[in-house]
Amino acid sequence: MSPTAAKTALRVHHLRKTYKDVVAVDGLDLEVRQAECFGLLGPNGAGKTTTIEICEGLTAPDAGEVEVLGLRWDRDAAELRQRLGIQLQETQLSDKLTVIETIRLFRSFFRQGPEAPEVIALVELEEKSHSRVGNLSGGQKQRLALACALVGRPDFLFLDEPTTGLDPHARRQLWELIEQFKLAGRTILLTTHYMDEAERLCDRVAIMDHGKVIALGTPRELIKSVCADHMVEFSAGTRARPVDLAALAAIDSIREVRTENGSVRMQVTELHRAVPALIQELGRQAIPLTELRTHSATLEDVFVTLTGRHLRDE
Amino acid sequence: MNSNHPLAQLTLVRFREFTREPEALFWVFIFPILLAAGLGIAFRNRPADVLQIATVTPELAAPLAREKLLDVQQLSLADAETALRNGKVALVAEPGPGGAVVYRFDDTNPEGRTARMLADRALQRAAGRVDPLVSSDRLMREPGSRYIDFLIPGLLGMNLMGSAMWGIGFAIVDARRKKLIKRMVATPMPRQYYLLSFLLSRLVLLVLEVGVVLGFGALVFQVPVHGSLAGLAALCILSSLSFCALGLLIASRVQTIEAASGLMNAVMMPMWICSGVFFSAQRFPAAMQPLIKALPLTAVIDALRAMMLQGSSLAQLAPQVAILCGWLVVSFGLALKLFRWR
Repeated sequence: MSPTAAKTALRVHHLRKTYKDVVAVDGLDLEVRQAECFGLLGPNGAGKTTTIEICEGLTAPDAGEVEVLGLRWDRDAAELRQRLGIQLQETQLSDKLTVIETIRLFRSFFRQGPEAPEVIALVELEEKSHSRVGNLSGGQKQRLALACALVGRPDFLFLDEPTTGLDPHARRQLWELIEQFKLAGRTILLTTHYMDEAERLCDRVAIMDHGKVIALGTPRELIKSVCADHMVEFSAGTRARPVDLAALAAIDSIREVRTENGSVRMQVTELHRAVPALIQELGRQAIPLTELRTHSATLEDVFVTLTGRHLRDE
Repeated sequence: MNSNHPLAQLTLVRFREFTREPEALFWVFIFPILLAAGLGIAFRNRPADVLQIATVTPELAAPLAREKLLDVQQLSLADAETALRNGKVALVAEPGPGGAVVYRFDDTNPEGRTARMLADRALQRAAGRVDPLVSSDRLMREPGSRYIDFLIPGLLGMNLMGSAMWGIGFAIVDARRKKLIKRMVATPMPRQYYLLSFLLSRLVLLVLEVGVVLGFGALVFQVPVHGSLAGLAALCILSSLSFCALGLLIASRVQTIEAASGLMNAVMMPMWICSGVFFSAQRFPAAMQPLIKALPLTAVIDALRAMMLQGSSLAQLAPQVAILCGWLVVSFGLALKLFRWR
């Protein structure tokens, strides 16, 4: 293994995949370093799943190169399968098997790895060991799916939308598990359309849209590079008497102003100056303020700023 | 084999999925028994029916009463006519002009025609007729030649087809629909083990399925097995493998359970009708016979009947064995070519 390969867990070069006339992945380049948690963030249809399935060797690309752990799918598929842990979107494990039977089945495919009870303990399903999969809750099923990805003690973990469809409590539980694997020094590539998930779990994030990476960096860097620190949203005025937006944009600490569904979104550098200035300006225009919200800028705001759309619009 | 071997684990999963599905247990084990019992009772061999007839004079009633297969009543002419019209009697015998006899009956009714023959024979003999030819009857009611003996091999063949095709086809399409096949190929699992596990579990279940139907036939209806049990076992295994291959072919690309059900029924329905499960396939026109003979279920049932009822050996059944091998090789080859692992 070359020295650069040792530091890079995944290298994707000029990847392209077309389904009929839809370009799912459009000349994508990616690099995931060893022991980092890398997130592909984007709305549905951005090409995240196609990308991760090509990296997992389940889908053949039309063009481009993929190197995982210094190995290639065309030459080293058998070795790669042993070293990767994979969780797919929407897999329904057999309802009639118990948790431990399912884990034993998956464990039997790998040459090494922890024993079934140990894996079950890792995902905190000990009490459900002998329950049928059909009787598990959504969060428990998702943890079982994660366990199936861990049975071979993988060097590289691929998680495709691990918390989609879960309630907030189950999501937080799963996040804690994924954080433990990060601490254990595993490399993780995950896809998500939840910006809070990417911010919490990922060391670096690639924001994808229409099959391309439109921004790459740590969540902090991305937020800094694209937006100011804070976001202010308010509702005021009517169709007949709209707010004079140009006057707002002229205020010193207010950066970008845009309207959205009748409310106004502004990027703001210094909240303690911008809010009084906003209220003063609305007073001058004699328009009453009906609603005011502020929050620290998030990856969602980055996506909105870059594309003009929300992550979950589609 | 080590129980942690992937093939052992995959096969265990097949058994667990099967035994934890009560409906599957019903269709494979209970249904064929209910069917055999029901049909066995409905078509049981009964002693020949005694036919009800009427006459209007004591002179005719006396000789007719001597015929054991006729039950004679003496009625007035009006009552006799009513009884005939209502179907209470199959025939009315009345004196005609000049010592002759007149039979009234519906010649489109088989009972009427039989009653006519029996009544006429009884009256002719009473009048002094002597039959020139001596004849005697030998009744065929022993095991091996009844309808139930014909039926059990048919049901066995139908069961072999149904359980193999549904067992494999349904399980594979269901796993594909749930993206479970895709998940499996994302592991280092050797793909041939996945398919092999279906065949292994099928062969074990086969022993039970065949045992249940044959055991029921033997215990309740004394249906014989004249051929060798080893030959019968080999024939059942070959049949099951051929139907497994056909099931695999049907399931090779289908994505939904509905589409799979439709295809399965489209393939199996013609065989249920044409292959001689319930009645002889010879009843279909001669032009259709080569086609019917080429169907796998026809080959299976013909071979099973020959083996069980006539004691034929596997070697004597070479044409049927060749047909089954042909279906096995062609279906399996095509299935492997078309199979979609996702």
